Amino acid sequence: MSTATATERDVEVELEAPDEENSFSLRRTPLYLAVTIICAVWTIPSLGLLINSFREARSVRASGWWTAFGSFFDSATWTLDNYSRVLEEGFGNAFANTVAVTIPSVVIPITVAAFAAYAFAWMDFPGRNLLFVTVIGLMVVPLQMSLIPILRIYTSLELNGSFPSVWLAHAGFGLPLAVYLLRNYMGSLPKEIMESAQVDGADHFATFTRLIIPLSVPALASFAIFQFLWVWNDYLVALVFLGIEPQSRVLTVELADLAGRGEGALTLLPAAAFVTMLLPLIVFFAMQRFFVRGLTAGSVKG
Amino acid sequence: MSATPPVLQDEDAEPRRQPDAEPGAHDSGLGVWLLRIATAVAVPAVIVSFFFTIEYLKDDSASKLLQVGLALVVGVGGVWVMYWGMDRLISTLPGNMPAALRPFAFVGPAMVLLGFYLVFPVINTILISLQDRRGEEFVGLDNYATIFSQSDYLISMRNSILWVLIVPAVAVVIGLVFATLADRLPPRAESVSKSLIFLPMAISFVAASVVWIFVYSFRAEGFGDQIGLLNALKVAFDLDPTLWLQQTPENNLYLMVILVWLQTGFAMVILSSAIKGVPGELLEAARIDGATEWQVFTRVIIPSVATTIVVVWTTIVITTWKVFDIVWVNTGGDFDTSVVAELMVTEFFRNKNNGVGGALAVVLFVAVVPILILNIRRFREEEALR
Repeated sequence: MSTATATERDVEVELEAPDEENSFSLRRTPLYLAVTIICAVWTIPSLGLLINSFREARSVRASGWWTAFGSFFDSATWTLDNYSRVLEEGFGNAFANTVAVTIPSVVIPITVAAFAAYAFAWMDFPGRNLLFVTVIGLMVVPLQMSLIPILRIYTSLELNGSFPSVWLAHAGFGLPLAVYLLRNYMGSLPKEIMESAQVDGADHFATFTRLIIPLSVPALASFAIFQFLWVWNDYLVALVFLGIEPQSRVLTVELADLAGRGEGALTLLPAAAFVTMLLPLIVFFAMQRFFVRGLTAGSVKG
Repeated sequence: MSATPPVLQDEDAEPRRQPDAEPGAHDSGLGVWLLRIATAVAVPAVIVSFFFTIEYLKDDSASKLLQVGLALVVGVGGVWVMYWGMDRLISTLPGNMPAALRPFAFVGPAMVLLGFYLVFPVINTILISLQDRRGEEFVGLDNYATIFSQSDYLISMRNSILWVLIVPAVAVVIGLVFATLADRLPPRAESVSKSLIFLPMAISFVAASVVWIFVYSFRAEGFGDQIGLLNALKVAFDLDPTLWLQQTPENNLYLMVILVWLQTGFAMVILSSAIKGVPGELLEAARIDGATEWQVFTRVIIPSVATTIVVVWTTIVITTWKVFDIVWVNTGGDFDTSVVAELMVTEFFRNKNNGVGGALAVVLFVAVVPILILNIRRFREEEALR
C-alpha cells in the first residue's frame, strides 16, 4: 500500500470519526430504523404477553393487550390476581417440581463429565479415541431414539414418574456435549502445569481436584448454564418420564396443559407463562456472558 | 464407525498428549479388561441403586425436598467420594494394575450412562421399529411401509423437510443482517438491541407458543373484539380476520415463525462474534477501493464468516428437525401441521404404537447420520492439526 493511500485513509478516518460519535446523524438513520424495526418485531409479542399478565381477567378476554395503553395510568387496569391464581392452580407445586428436576439434572452430568473429560484429555488408555469419537457421534442422536426403550425399562421396574429417572435421563442426554466441551477446555490447558503437579508428587486424582477443576470453572459454568436452561425448558423428557399426574408435573407440562384448555384458560396463560420464564430470564441476564461463551463452544456440536 | 480405525492407528503411532504413558496403561489381558469393566460399572451402579432406594422409600410428595436434598448431597458430595474411593481402591492394587485401571475409573461412569441412555436405545429402537405395535412379533419392514405410504406420515415428513429448509435459512439471514447492523451501533445500543433479539433463547418452546397465542388468536365476528395482534391489525384495515393456524398449508409457515423467533438470537450472537473477528483493515481496504456497504457485506463479511454460517446453520437444522413442542402445543399436529418428531411422540405415547413410533424415530436418526459423520471427520482433522 502506497503512502498516498495511507494518508487518504487517515483523512477519511478523521472525517468519519465525528460521524461515528454523533449517533443521530442523518446518514445513519436507515441503520437505526432497520435495527429498531427488527427489535420491535422481536419484542412486541413478549411485551403483549407481559401486559396481559397484569390485566384484569375480564379485560384480557374482552380486548387486546394494546388497549391497556389507553388506560395506562388507571390503577383499575392492573392487577396481580392472575399471578396469585396461577400459583394456586398448581404452578407453585410445578415450580417446586421443576427445581427438584433441574438441580440434580445439572449437577450430576457435570461431575461425571468432568472426570471423563480429564481422562480423555490427560490420560492414556486403550480405546481412548474410539470412545471419544463415540461421544462426538452421540451429540447429534435425537433423544426421540431413547424414549421408547428407556420408558419400557422404567415401566417394567416401576420407576416411571420418579425424579431419579428423570435426573439420570437428563444426565445421559447432556453428557455428550458436556464431555466434549470440558475435554476440549481441559486439553487446552498448558501441559507445563500438569507436569509441575506431577513433579510435586500429585497423582491424577489430586491433580484433577486441586488443579484442573479450579482452572476449568469457566467451562463448567458455561455448561451448567446451558444444561440448566435446557432442563428447565424441557417439555418432552418430563412429559414422557415424569408424566402428567398433577402432583409430579413440571412447569412446561403444566403450562402446555393450561394452553390446551382453550379459551377458558386464556386469562391465566400470560401470568403462567411468565412464572415459567422467571428463573431462566434471571439466570440468562445474570450470566449472559458465560451463556454466550457456552453457546459459541457448543455450536460446534453441529 | 468405519472412520475410527485410522484414528487409533494415528494415536498408537504418536500419542500426543501424554508422551510418557505410564507402564501398564496399555495392558490388554482378558483379566485386565474384566477389571476395567468392573471399575467402570461400580460407581454408577452404587449411585443408581442409591437414587432408586430413595425413590422406593418415598411415600408421597411430602418428601420431595428431602429427595432433592439427598440427591444433591449424593450428586455433588457422594459422587466425588465414590470416585475418590474407587481411586484409593485401585491404588492399593499391585504392579501395573493401578495404571491399567485408573483411566477407566475416571471415564467409565460416563460411558456407562451414555451406553444405557443413548447407545443401547439406538440399537433397541431399530429393533422395535421392526416389530408390531406391542413389540411382540417381528413384522419386517411393515412399519416403514406404513410411514412411507400413508398420507398422514407423508405429510409430516413433507412438513419436517419444509421446516428444515425454511427455518434455519431465515434465522441465519436475519441473524447475519442484524449482527452486521448492530456492529455499527454505539456499544450501548448494540448490547441492548442484541439482548432483545437474544432474549427468546432463554424461554421454553412451550412458553414461546403461549407468547404467540396472543399474536395468532382469532375471534369469529360477533364474538367480541380481536385479542390477537395480527387479526386486530387486519380488522383495523377493514379486512376479514383469519384463522391463522387452520389455514392449510400456510399454517406451517406461521408455526415456523415461532421457531425463527426463538433461534435468530442464537444465530445472531454466534455470527456477531465471528463478524467482530473480521480484520478491520480488510473492511477499510474494500471501502477505499470504492466498495459500497452492500458489496462489503456480500463480498468481504459473508466469505469471512462462511465457516461459522455453516456451523450455525447445521445447529439450527438439527434443532428444527427435532422440533416437537411448538407443533404439539399449538395444533397438536392437526390441520396438516404434524412433523416427524411430534408424530413419533403421538404414535408411541397416545396411540401406543411402538412399532410405527420406533420407525419414525429411526427416520429422525438416519437423517442426522451424515452430520454425525461430518462431525467426527471434522474432529479428526482438528486433532491432526493439534
